[in-house]
Parts: sequence; structure tokens; C-alpha cells
Amino acid sequence: MKYLKQFLIIIAISFAGEVLHYFIPLPVPASIYGMVLLFAGLCTGLIPLSAVKETGDFLVAMMQIMFIPATVGLIDSWDILKDRWPVYLIITFVTTMAVLLAVGKVVQLGLARSKSKEGRENA
Amino acid sequence: MLSGLISQSVFLGVLITLGAWFLALALRKRFDYAFVNPLLIAVVLTIALLLATRTPYQTYYDGAKYLSYLLTPATVCLAIPLYEQLEALKKNYKAILAGIVTGVVTSLLSVLALALIFGLDHAEYVTFLPKSVTSAIGMGISSELGGYSAITVAVIILTGIIGNMMAQPVLRLFKITDPVAVGVAIGSSSHAIGTARAMEIGPVEGAMSSLSITVSGLLTVVGAMIFQNFI
Repeated sequence: MKYLKQFLIIIAISFAGEVLHYFIPLPVPASIYGMVLLFAGLCTGLIPLSAVKETGDFLVAMMQIMFIPATVGLIDSWDILKDRWPVYLIITFVTTMAVLLAVGKVVQLGLARSKSKEGRENA
Repeated sequence: MLSGLISQSVFLGVLITLGAWFLALALRKRFDYAFVNPLLIAVVLTIALLLATRTPYQTYYDGAKYLSYLLTPATVCLAIPLYEQLEALKKNYKAILAGIVTGVVTSLLSVLALALIFGLDHAEYVTFLPKSVTSAIGMGISSELGGYSAITVAVIILTGIIGNMMAQPVLRLFKITDPVAVGVAIGSSSHAIGTARAMEIGPVEGAMSSLSITVSGLLTVVGAMIFQNFI
């Protein structure tokens, strides 16, 4: 019963996300509103962690599998991609790597900086 | 008769997907290279099976859609690891925020630069602008700005697969190893598909990646509105 109750709460939050998506005219999906709602609920204590924990962890652990059906659907996109695919592939690859490395470097530098500051204050 | 069974079956799509996934996991155990990526292998195996049996994608998807159906509740639940890493978030929020903003700007700028190099027209350019964010946000931005949203979705999925497959080895190569930095980098560059992989690397990586999807998704809505004017 515990897992079913947790699933009920998660589905209810997903629905609340859909309601927000319906009323707010922004291209933000229900899942993102739902994530913000659950995070706010957990932080304020309105939703205790024990009310969603096990079922939530299970869903998150399964997430990669959930992307398989949509990704397989790329075979149906081939018609619209086939004329320009080398250009599209280069743009996609280069921009992904640029973001990955720029963000990684900036965060790591920022962390090192705040750590060394901490060290000086403690000295 | 067999094709009749395939199109009538409710469970075959899910069965194929789960079977491909576990086969892919077994292959990764056997060949422990970073590029043996379970998600990519499972997708390739499934596509090969569909092509070999001449099963249309729609027939497969009619069964497999029940897995996709769980994506929204699963994404909602990304709030749980994020909440559990609240301390790491509070302690490092400046560096995390700086990283996410860097990611949004880098994504938009690099698309602009490559669009100029390859001579993309306006519609193609705005198709790529939201490529780093989660597909529902990206698709909305693309169609709003007059892009080809079907191509946007394909490019977003491809971006996710590239991140899922290559983020960890590439970051390691450039000596980016701090869990917070790794997580923000993966979430900013390759949204939820990358995050699903970050979740396997570690709880801090997963939590930071989840946070980055949301914040960079929202910032990209604003950023793309500005960048659409440049081509």
C-alpha cells in the first residue's frame, strides 16, 4: 500500500504540473512544473520525503529505459534529416561539447575559488 | 499471422524495449569501454529488430508508449535527489548558477556561430537554438519562433544521446572531476537523457544535473527570444 500511496502522490503532482502547463502560456512542460512543485513541497515539509521516496527512486532509476521508445522514433525522422544530416550532426556534436566543457570548467573554477577563500578565512 | 500478433500485442513493445536494455547492460559488463553505451545499444538493437521484421515504428510504439508515459512522473521525481543534496546546492550555489548561465549562453552562441559558418537560414537557425534543453521546452520554443519542431526534437534527442554516451569520458579527459561540476555540465549540455546517466555516476552528479535541466530550460526560453533576432 505504501508504494501505491507514493505513486498516487507523484501522479497527483504530475497532474498539478499539467494544470499549470494548461494555464501558463509558456513552452514549459508539465514535468518541469511538477519537479518544481515537488521540490517546493519537500523543502517546506508539506510533502515529507517518506511520502514519495521509494517509488520516486524507482522511477528515476528506470528513466534511461523510458527514453528508448522516443529515440527509436528517430528512424521516422530520417526523411526530414537525410538532405542535411552531416551539417546537422556537426552542429549538434560541436555545440554539445562546447557547452559540456565550458560549464564544467566554470563550475570547477568557481568551486576551487570558494574553497581557497574558505581556507583563507579559516587560517 | 505473425504480423497480426505483433500489431495486436500490448506487451511486445515493452518486452522488446526491456529485453534490448538488459542485453545492452550485459554487453557493457562484458566490454567495459565508456563508448559501449547501454542506451545507444538498446536503441540500435531495437531499430535493427524493427527493420529486420519489417515492423513499422508506430506498431512498436503502440506498445512501448507505456514506458514513455512514465517520463513525466519520473522527471517530477528528479526533485527527490535534488532535495537530498540540498546542502551541496546551498554551499555551492554561486558556482552552480554561474555554470548554468555559462551553459545557456554557450549553447546559444555556439549555435549562432555554426549557423553563420554553415549559412543556415532563419528557420533552420531557430530550429537549433533550443537544442540543449529538454524536448518539451525545446519543441515549444522552436515552433514559437518559426522553426521545424520535428527536427528540433530529433536534434535534442541526439544531443542527449551524445551527452549520455560521451560526457563522462570527455570531462575526465579535461580533468573536470568534481561531482558538482560534472553534474551541472551534463544537465546543461544534455538535459534529461544526460541526467539519467548522471544519476548512475553518483547522487551529487544526478542532483546537480536535474537542477540544471530546470534552470537552463527556463533561461533558454528567454535567451532564445533574444537570439532569434540575430539571423
